[in-house]
Amino acid sequence: MEQDAKKATIVVFSGAMDKVMAAFIIATTAAAMGMQTTMFFTFWGLSALKREDPASGTSTRNWMQKMLAMMLPKGPANLPLSQMNMAGMGAGMMKKIMQQKNVASLPELIESAQDLDVKLIACQMSMDAMGISREELIDEIEVAGAASYVGEAQNAELNLFIS
Amino acid sequence: MANTTLDAQGLACPMPIVKLTKAAKSMAGGDQITVLADDPGFEPDVKAWVEAQGHDLKSITESDGVFTAVVELKSG
Repeated sequence: MEQDAKKATIVVFSGAMDKVMAAFIIATTAAAMGMQTTMFFTFWGLSALKREDPASGTSTRNWMQKMLAMMLPKGPANLPLSQMNMAGMGAGMMKKIMQQKNVASLPELIESAQDLDVKLIACQMSMDAMGISREELIDEIEVAGAASYVGEAQNAELNLFIS
Repeated sequence: MANTTLDAQGLACPMPIVKLTKAAKSMAGGDQITVLADDPGFEPDVKAWVEAQGHDLKSITESDGVFTAVVELKSG
């Protein structure tokens, strides 16, 4: 991408399907409009980067982190809705409705974002605190800290925080 | 000057624009892409995309809910 390309950054703090979808729709569109786009995933947002088939390598979790891992969604296809989730029933119905309306699914949006060179960054500190290892996340990401995000954001025209 | 047609029917926002971007990346300046889309928001979106990218929207028409847009990619 050209050096003088405009930049966009999005912090994905939420792990809710609807909110993460909104983030990816804006990110793919920003990239399609020629912006150099970075998404920074922190706290609950990390669930969106989990792989479907996590390798092992999680033996260093303490009991609280193990409980957390048990309760957190397993990847982008399994995120709950931010409202009316109804133990997953709401999320299932929303997916069905969106499919009928030809709306791309979250896994498809993530693929499109990667196709358009959207940079995906996982927050190292959140991973560490929540006991999420690198092997549990998809390959096509970088792991970095807040300074990396701010470094991108300080000369970006569009900066969003999805909570 | 190459000419290609992109069928983005049956795709909702933002996928027609995403597909258009991918198609444009594989083509050269001066080439034309004819896009078919039935996403109701396609007309304002393709106009915004063309403006942001500096391309040229040669024409956009609508018939039975299907938009046909002809985009000429900017040179250089």
